[in-house]
Amino acid sequence: MKVIRGRVWKFGDNIDTDLIAPGKYLGLPYEKLLEHILEPANPEFPSKVKEGDIIIAGKNFGCGSSREQAPRGLKDLGVGAIVAESFARIFFRNCIGIGLPAVTCSGVAGNFQDGDEAELDLRTGILKNLTTGKSFQTSKLPDMMLEILETGGILEMLKKGTF
Amino acid sequence: MGKTIAEKILSEKSGKDVYAGDIVVAHVDRIGLQDGTAPLTIRQIEKIGVEKLDGAKKTFFFIDHSSPSPRRELSNDHNLIRSFAKKSGAFLSDVGNGNFHQIMAERFAKPGDLIIGADSHTCTAGAFGAFATGMGSTDVAVGIILGKNWFRVPETFKIEVTGETPSGVYSKDIMLEIMRVVRADGATYRALEFTGETISAMTMEERLTLCNMAIETGAKTGICPSDNKTREYLKEMGRESDFREIKPDEDAEYEKEFNIDVSDLPPLVAKPHSVDNVVSVEEVEGTDVNQVYIGTCTNGRISDIEVAVKILKGRKVDEETRLIVTPASKRVYLEALRRGFLEIIMEAGGIVNPPGCGPCVGIHQGVLGDGEVCISTQNRNFRGRMGNPESEIYLASPATCAASAIEGKITDPRRYL
Repeated sequence: MKVIRGRVWKFGDNIDTDLIAPGKYLGLPYEKLLEHILEPANPEFPSKVKEGDIIIAGKNFGCGSSREQAPRGLKDLGVGAIVAESFARIFFRNCIGIGLPAVTCSGVAGNFQDGDEAELDLRTGILKNLTTGKSFQTSKLPDMMLEILETGGILEMLKKGTF
Repeated sequence: MGKTIAEKILSEKSGKDVYAGDIVVAHVDRIGLQDGTAPLTIRQIEKIGVEKLDGAKKTFFFIDHSSPSPRRELSNDHNLIRSFAKKSGAFLSDVGNGNFHQIMAERFAKPGDLIIGADSHTCTAGAFGAFATGMGSTDVAVGIILGKNWFRVPETFKIEVTGETPSGVYSKDIMLEIMRVVRADGATYRALEFTGETISAMTMEERLTLCNMAIETGAKTGICPSDNKTREYLKEMGRESDFREIKPDEDAEYEKEFNIDVSDLPPLVAKPHSVDNVVSVEEVEGTDVNQVYIGTCTNGRISDIEVAVKILKGRKVDEETRLIVTPASKRVYLEALRRGFLEIIMEAGGIVNPPGCGPCVGIHQGVLGDGEVCISTQNRNFRGRMGNPESEIYLASPATCAASAIEGKITDPRRYL
């Protein structure tokens, strides 16, 4: 599993799916929705996020609706991983299902600033803040979930006949 | 070792003896989708090109979120759903029939079922003693293809509710009190089991309100044991034979137990922008509201409209306030029509939407303007939920909403009863 490295986009607690994928853009063509992903929480995010960037957030990230456009939008904008104090269940399951790494890490929100550089090794679970030089141990995902992520999502597994 | 209801249902559906923490592959009984999530599911299935869909016959599509469609892109999505349902043999509930969770309750959900849905409020059906949980579009695609999916058996929180519910206080208020105690992420990954004398005394419609909002605590599902009330409701819906007794073992193990005594509970309100930002109605009385919304899978049932109509009858909605009512289903709409409720709402100055989700999702039928305030019977008050991040949403019972519509400001419903 590759190491993910990029700019930190920092968010607080209870970032809900209406902030990530606002309902009013859901019926528009998908490319239009992508222009508004996380916009209410940080208007710069959709235009400036780059491949491999890492979201660091507080508690209950992704709470609310089951809309898969939320994690999918983040993935398609290039987000390499999300590390949060905790995730809402459906959002977390969606991330794994579509192959977007999501791990929890206690105290992570207090140790990263927006704009820091970070690196995450999913295999070891080590998260580094390259700006401050500090390292953190994230929770280890169960093997089944790592396998889904490595395959690129649950449908890819299904195609291969390994589900 | 005794089992919770969640452990019992997942054991039965996986054919294994499982407990909290186990990961299982289990057969599902019902798969639901709505027009916001179904197009992605269908595209995922078409992308991988599987022909044989083992779950198609237990799949139900509901066109309820944008219904009728306000935009051409959504109209095209609706047509995609219609043609896929026809081709695959799945059930289709088209424009005008009402919302997913209400129709699931009226026609399909039964005790002991394992139900998945591409909608977070799929947990509503837990009121029947079912294990019902929301997932994303891709996970539901897996369910449609295989007729099964993987589940982590959740730990359970036992929520025991006791005491006689005071006048002017409803199951919505009780659930807001549970929200206040458990918090918006307090039950993440857990199942909630609702029990106690107050739950036993509740009608099925009241239990549906409770289970609907289980997700707002982060829970995977909210479940009520099935009992005679469940049987009576199923009988009323013409399907008494779907009844089965579902209850936990006496020695089931719970991760946590909460006791909620409702004897002195006042009507409650969740303030913007979080569902657990709960205060008594007295604390926010007098807050001006531009729009009042009564409806949704939380509180759009006939008993909800009846409570509102009792308050509205012979009165007028404040001149500067809009009252919007959306019956949750066609069945509810027709009954409200027959009983004269819709006439009372219209005479009072309110508007009646077609059955469905109405303005709750922020797409149509009542999007809020900048700086506007709405009090609603829905389940979520997140910033932007009703289509505008510059607006504010308060959550309350149908009675509090109806009283607030008359005064144009948040109002204690007890003065109108």
